[in-house]
Amino acid sequence: MINFRLEERENKSLRRQIISPFLAVFVALIISSLFILLAGVSPIDSFKELFIGSFGSRNAIAETLSRATPMILTGLAASIAFKARFWNIGAEGQLYAGALAVTFFGTGLVELPSFIMIPFLFMVGALAGGLLLLPLVLLKNYYKVDEVVTTLLTNFIIVLLVSYLLEGPWKDPMSLGWPQGASVIDQGVLPQILSRTRLHLGFIFSIFFAILIWIIISKHLIGYQIKAVGFNPSAANHSGVPVLKTIFIVALLSGGMAGMAGVTETAGLKGYLTLDLSPGFGYAGIAVAMLAALHPLGVIASGIFLASIYVGADAMSRSMNVPTYLADVIVAITVLCVLVSLIINQYKFRFLEQNK
Amino acid sequence: MILEFFEIFFTAGFWAATIRIACPLIFATLGEVICERSGVLNLGIEGIMSLGAMVGWMSVYLGADLYSGIFIAALTGALFGLLHAIFTVYLGASQHVTGIGITMFASSVGFFSYKLILPSSTTPPKIIPFEKLEIPFLSEIPFLGEALFQHTPFTYLAFFSVIIIFWLLNSTPFGLSIKMAGENPMALEAQGIDVLLVRTVSVILGSSLMAIGGAYLTMSAFDAFYFGMINGRGWIAIALVIFAAWKPERALLGALLFAGLDAYQVRAQQLAGAFIPYQFFLMLPFFLSIVAMIIASKRTRYPKALLIPFRRGERH
Amino acid sequence: MNPLLKVQSISKSFGDLTANSEISFEVNKGEVLAILGENGAGKTTLMNILFGHYMPDNGQIYFKNNPIKFGNTRHTISLGVGMVHQHFTLADNLSVLENIIIGQKSLFSFSLSKKTALDKLNSLIEKFSLPIDPDAMVSDLSVSQKQRLEILKTLYKDCELLILDEPTAALTPQETEGLFKTIKNMVNQGLSVILISHKLNEVLSVSDRIIVLRNGKKVGEKKTANADYKSIASMIVGKEISYPKKIKSKINREVLRLEMVSYKSDHDLDVKINNLNLKLYGGEIIGIAGVAGNGQQSLAKLLTGHLKPTEGKIFINQNEVIDSSPKNFMNQKVAYIPEDRNKDGLVGDMSIWENIIMTETDSIKIFNQLGFINSKNSHDQALSICKTNDVRLQKIDQPARLLSGGNVQKLLIGKWLYRKPQIIIACQPTRGLDEGAIAAVHRMILDARKDGNGVVIIGEDLDELLSLSDKICVMYNGHLSKPLDTLKTDKLTIGMLMSGKGF
Repeated sequence: MINFRLEERENKSLRRQIISPFLAVFVALIISSLFILLAGVSPIDSFKELFIGSFGSRNAIAETLSRATPMILTGLAASIAFKARFWNIGAEGQLYAGALAVTFFGTGLVELPSFIMIPFLFMVGALAGGLLLLPLVLLKNYYKVDEVVTTLLTNFIIVLLVSYLLEGPWKDPMSLGWPQGASVIDQGVLPQILSRTRLHLGFIFSIFFAILIWIIISKHLIGYQIKAVGFNPSAANHSGVPVLKTIFIVALLSGGMAGMAGVTETAGLKGYLTLDLSPGFGYAGIAVAMLAALHPLGVIASGIFLASIYVGADAMSRSMNVPTYLADVIVAITVLCVLVSLIINQYKFRFLEQNK
Repeated sequence: MILEFFEIFFTAGFWAATIRIACPLIFATLGEVICERSGVLNLGIEGIMSLGAMVGWMSVYLGADLYSGIFIAALTGALFGLLHAIFTVYLGASQHVTGIGITMFASSVGFFSYKLILPSSTTPPKIIPFEKLEIPFLSEIPFLGEALFQHTPFTYLAFFSVIIIFWLLNSTPFGLSIKMAGENPMALEAQGIDVLLVRTVSVILGSSLMAIGGAYLTMSAFDAFYFGMINGRGWIAIALVIFAAWKPERALLGALLFAGLDAYQVRAQQLAGAFIPYQFFLMLPFFLSIVAMIIASKRTRYPKALLIPFRRGERH
Repeated sequence: MNPLLKVQSISKSFGDLTANSEISFEVNKGEVLAILGENGAGKTTLMNILFGHYMPDNGQIYFKNNPIKFGNTRHTISLGVGMVHQHFTLADNLSVLENIIIGQKSLFSFSLSKKTALDKLNSLIEKFSLPIDPDAMVSDLSVSQKQRLEILKTLYKDCELLILDEPTAALTPQETEGLFKTIKNMVNQGLSVILISHKLNEVLSVSDRIIVLRNGKKVGEKKTANADYKSIASMIVGKEISYPKKIKSKINREVLRLEMVSYKSDHDLDVKINNLNLKLYGGEIIGIAGVAGNGQQSLAKLLTGHLKPTEGKIFINQNEVIDSSPKNFMNQKVAYIPEDRNKDGLVGDMSIWENIIMTETDSIKIFNQLGFINSKNSHDQALSICKTNDVRLQKIDQPARLLSGGNVQKLLIGKWLYRKPQIIIACQPTRGLDEGAIAAVHRMILDARKDGNGVVIIGEDLDELLSLSDKICVMYNGHLSKPLDTLKTDKLTIGMLMSGKGF
């Protein structure tokens, strides 16, 4: 048996911290090549196809960025929550909550001029996502019910609720039998920002929120308290940090970000609510956040990168005999590689000689 | 009308269905109990079940016999358990993130290989699953026979595994070590036992049970593999572990109770489907899991070292 | 006669820190060897090497002429060495017997053989007169029973050399007497004992030979019969440490009063509190003595707003406290030095300056009106607090967990004193600190008293409580005794109260 011990590094070099995610991605791609080899094709050709599919043309780039939009937002949702050691795995459900709010308010109930209507929709979407998380926070705090499980279970409940609404009361009569919601009114639709592509204003919003969250986390009292509660809730409490209130804010911010991902998809990409609105953006957000080491600005880059994998894999599977699920495999391996790199950043391995 | 809702309980089919639905949950919950008792939360459960379902089914589809199918599924689960253990036990990585990562990895590998082997099948192909093994004499008892003794061997295996795990945890040196590793790993080390080894073996063992639970779905309950067929059963098992207060005998009880409600729900849906949309029935298991956790939370005692990595030779 | 244990020039360093340097000594059969030294002198490291937790950089150890394989606890145990750690290594969820038999049989064997184990345990219980119920759950045992179980665990493994690490830390004086009887009994039956302690009085009464460690080196060795308190004490400390003197201080107005305060809760781990009455005046120190786990933690939490009394009233400066929250108590000028300074005191992963400003969220200088952090002011304030209180650090940006225990405590007390509190609640303020740091902490507390603040010290070290406090109350099973004047009481009286007699 290999005998080793982890010893904490005394100085954590900044350079290592910046290089390590790239290294992790590189290793992840190498491991993923094994899966491509299983498919009997050349990994290099496949990655080339993947790259062309995601960045090879104006349209491909636009597609990647528009796919990145909700992933940046769910990535922010995960990174805020994880910073406070609040394990919100429910971004998927919160995303749909945001989408439900958009469908409720944005399809005719409220009519405002565009420059108010769009922020309004983001607001109600964020609120819906945040409010969905609040009861779970209460359960955690007062009944010690583990939030990992409750947020996961809530995802299933919300998706079923959406299914009910789309097949029942909210079904768009114009949709010819497809279960989908009514279209968002014109004032609420997020305008295209690159002509003849699907890239919409939501992308700008996601960048804006990443910067905003970064400012809050690094410069503001709230972010400071979130960090304190995350690292050591007991010590934070003893120093007068309002722990419960902080967790509430975390829930609102985190759920809010995920809710807004629902807004960008409903009011931006599709124009209406469908049951396949999110192909797992909520779960992908966890990967995005981990790859960014929970840094809000890093989330932008990692969101775009992981989105490019998904978009590129679609294109690649069309031209080569590799199932699209390769994208999920790559993303999962990336998460695991990033975990290892985080450990290596924090600890040194010391191998111990075994005395005979 | 109300009478009809009652009559469900008096059909042997309801009880047989309860037992059938309980089986994957029994395997999965037992698996998670072992992991958590040793101090490791295994959120890889959902993905490992999914992969187990695929691998077990695929082995049989490609020519293996049913029992080898179970074995291969267990082996695959063990492999992913080992991966989980390397991360959480040896490297001390976050059990939450590792578990989610393992779930993503295991399920995507499952989907990927399924599509790789069967690229263009629109309707999922089928295998001949386990057949009913009618236990002589017992199965002829009216009502009880049909409810309890006309199941597949896989089903009997689920109940047998409860006994095995109960015995393991309570009457063997390894079982005691598992319990100590999850309560006070320092104490275990002071007795000269390798904590990391105990935890690793526990996670491997638990993960293979999870994979077997998944395989039950494709090899006994159904005869094909569908994407998303686990549908949250892994997460429900995690809630059941809390409800079961980390005890195998109570895990059985929890799984049966839960399955009973689920079986009832399906039948009630047929009666009430006209005025209650089916989605609300489908939500029920998830709601119940949350409720079960709330009920259990007040009195349960977590394994004290759950989620806390153990590092050898750390200065205290 | 060959010695039972022979330790030859053991050295061990952790990074820059030399924990053990060239230490050699011997232990004979049937002897109690005491190893004395301050915290941080290297006692525990030495024992961890001997017992197989750490690998030494240099040196050899022989037990009954067999070389010990380092880093292999199992081997050490099999040779016949047993160790009772200061923090018990027991699993609360298992029974006494189960805690003992783990590790006795191969991990993957099929049976526990409880019956044979029980017989062996019962014969040991009788032989060494260490009564305990083999089927009791460990969670139901008292501290001294747990210690008894720890000793039985080692005896069960046929240990011939027993290492006891600070065994009296959590015992009442009476329980300590009981332990010493057990030790003598064991030695009479041919066992050897290594006793690690920093309590000189106890060591003098029970040991045969003493060795003293300081800064990782062995600085002296004496037969106990030839040793006297003073010479050993100066050997331990090495240099003269100037201890602060308690001078008479002026008692002024009442700052804190508890009236019939009770706390009951069915789900919390906190011990119940029954009808407490307490008055604290400015310029006064009240010590709360008692065996750990008798409600001291609940009391500390009640006094600082971390728990809300279920009955009774708390008055601060004669005003009843309505809002029981940590924040409100902070605003009412209550400072809280928690018992577990690493867990409750500091956020180890945040920098020193961030830790210091954590209590300053109401300061406009640190957080502006919009809630943004003023980095420069924060750094300045943190630096000045560290300087005033002699907190030794490399950089104000370094993570707080890199500070040593003494510096952590100075920083904690310093940052609370900066807020000019009127009431200080300190739990075990010097536990685990070296003498220099203890003196510094005592000085800070006595200065606070001189400035007219009221101080409550909750502690287990009776000597410390007697030297610092003006009055002492004893806590037992959630009840609080009447205050005793420290000048008119003694350890025996307090010890009686600690074991529940006189309530």
